[in-house]
Amino acid sequence: MAKMTLEELRRLRDKKQNELQKRDIEGKDSRIIIGMGTCGIAAGAKPVLDAFLEVLEEKHIDNVSVTQTGCMGLCYVEPTIEVIVPGMPDVIYGKVDAATARKIVEQHIIGKQLVTDHMFDRPAADIIKKDGGK
Amino acid sequence: MAFRNYILVCGGTACESSRADQIYQNLIEECKAQGVADEVQIVKTGCFGFCEQGPIVKILPEDSFYVKVKPEDAKELVSEHVIKGREVARLLYDKESSRKHAKVEDIKFYQKQFRIVLRNCGFIDPENIDEYIAREGYQALEKALFEMTGEDIIEELKTAGLRGRGGAGFPTWMKWNFSRQAANDTKYVVCNADEGDPGAYMDRSTLEGDPHSVLEAMTICGKTIGANKGFIYIRAEYPLAIHRLEIAMKQAREYGLLGSNILGSGFDFDIEIRLGAGAFVCGEETALLHSIEGHRGMPTPRPPFPAVKGLWGKPTVINNVETWANIPVIITKGGNWFNKIGTADSKGTKVFALTGKIRNSGLVEVPMGTTLREIIYDIGGGIANNKKFKAVQTGGPSGGVITEDDLDTPIDFGSLVRIGSMMGSGGMIVMDEDDCIVDVAKFYLNFTVDESCGKCAPCRIGGKSLCNILEKITIGNGTMKDFETLETIGEAMKKGSLCALGQTAPNPVLSTIKHFKDEYLAHIVDKSCPSGTCKKLVKYTINAEKCIGCTACARKCPVAAITGERKQVHIIDQSVCIKCGVCMETCKFGAVEIH
Repeated sequence: MAKMTLEELRRLRDKKQNELQKRDIEGKDSRIIIGMGTCGIAAGAKPVLDAFLEVLEEKHIDNVSVTQTGCMGLCYVEPTIEVIVPGMPDVIYGKVDAATARKIVEQHIIGKQLVTDHMFDRPAADIIKKDGGK
Repeated sequence: MAFRNYILVCGGTACESSRADQIYQNLIEECKAQGVADEVQIVKTGCFGFCEQGPIVKILPEDSFYVKVKPEDAKELVSEHVIKGREVARLLYDKESSRKHAKVEDIKFYQKQFRIVLRNCGFIDPENIDEYIAREGYQALEKALFEMTGEDIIEELKTAGLRGRGGAGFPTWMKWNFSRQAANDTKYVVCNADEGDPGAYMDRSTLEGDPHSVLEAMTICGKTIGANKGFIYIRAEYPLAIHRLEIAMKQAREYGLLGSNILGSGFDFDIEIRLGAGAFVCGEETALLHSIEGHRGMPTPRPPFPAVKGLWGKPTVINNVETWANIPVIITKGGNWFNKIGTADSKGTKVFALTGKIRNSGLVEVPMGTTLREIIYDIGGGIANNKKFKAVQTGGPSGGVITEDDLDTPIDFGSLVRIGSMMGSGGMIVMDEDDCIVDVAKFYLNFTVDESCGKCAPCRIGGKSLCNILEKITIGNGTMKDFETLETIGEAMKKGSLCALGQTAPNPVLSTIKHFKDEYLAHIVDKSCPSGTCKKLVKYTINAEKCIGCTACARKCPVAAITGERKQVHIIDQSVCIKCGVCMETCKFGAVEIH
């Protein structure tokens, strides 16, 4: 690369910052966890994972980390994913495909609305409030 | 394109020497072989600091922290973790506990640390300038070149309260200001990377893990004081750090961040590397400058200070690697941000190389004001092999020992001096009950005697005399007169030596005398070494009541010092015994005793 001007340096930094931020886990308050046990993979969890990464990049969302985990135990509705967003209940979605993944990002992560037709489980800890519902 | 996993492989010297490079190569091969090469980014980073457990491989976004990885583990890491998303439990740091505990933030070693200097170490690829730029790299330089005047920069450093990390703790802004105000058309900027304290490797790791931070800081200094030329003086024993610096300088030149007309600002600055031959005294700034000039590395009296009259008689700012690495952050985030970290007299953080009889040896960065107890017990995990803590040595050969009583002292420049040691460059060597304090003092003295340049008498002759007396004490010939002489010579060296090397050389002796007088007296009066280290003072004998006459010890003794018939009590001939201790290891009945 030729010598840069101030403007070029700033542009390069912005561009690279986005790329590197994905590696950084600090400041990521939301998580999408994809069940990638044998059952999940067989049911197509891999394209779902790719779809999530693609949509998050497309929407420039950088506070969400995408991680994988083993079988969540809901093998009958694979692929399953868990979404953890602050201020919202932790939700497990089932029968997720690439299109649903997009919907989850748009509706749940951005819109803060649950995608009810794919919801399969809500861990009890979120339902029973610590302060007794006050 | 998005990567779904990032594999960070430690590329520090410690891990490289445990075949981290092979791990890196194997991971690349495996990702190719298993068809995920374009979904995974594999990065070789700088030191993670957790050297005890190296080589280290971290996989993101799961943040799995794999330790003691071997090249042959690459296949499993790729097939299990990357492809199937299952962590390889046997390689995780904390295998016993649940999966969560393998996360970096859950490892106690990292909990109390605060990383400014090591901000990029273990995260970016030090051989890729783009990654440094992405982490706010060269942003401070932009600010310094286009938005700030030299006075602004000095004012910012003053607000920050940054003090030199090389050992003496001189306020950085004052140094810069002296050079800035000195009227001269030629000025220089120098980075002191001649790290030489036994057991210290903070600077090496910083240069290996984040070389651009030093280049950026030196350029900022150049602009501030009006210098166009910088030198990095680094010892030739640091090949990896030199290699990464060379790559970094090449990339910075290509990007126009070094060289003429930087970023179109009209400011020119370039840096040259000068290799040192590894003389300890060359870490002293005047000696270092003489060495750069091509002369023998010997100190000259100050004043004049280098900031006014340094390299080739020109005003020269010389700072240590760690000091430089702090500067871009201060300029970017502001002096007020930095000012809030640390104690009243010392701001910011300090990097320590934690070594010796400690469970988790490694590189740690903590805010000033952290106590030694926190560093040794919380971060370091306590003393290895459940032995008892004896003392911790800070400040290298110029420092002193700190005992249990002072472990709760919050560390800063002033407090360490008050308890009889010093900050130094950041070596921290932990000793346990098996270490003989006189022997430790002798070790450091031998080091400084070897490294003394010989120019001034107090250091040359005083150091050698101290060494001779310590030798005498450890072989059991010491007298009370000798003990007093140690202190007299020590005090004289402190006052009369030309440079810090001689002035501080007696510190290990004086501070051990202060804290462990009993142990010295045991050597001198009782002619015994409580820890059993000083061979001449140790006596092996056989307890007649326990010996059953099995002859095992006699057969093992390499010098045939043990005599005795079968089923009869054996005897060790003290005049022949070389005190190797084999008999004690061999005896199954505990009959061999040490006095």
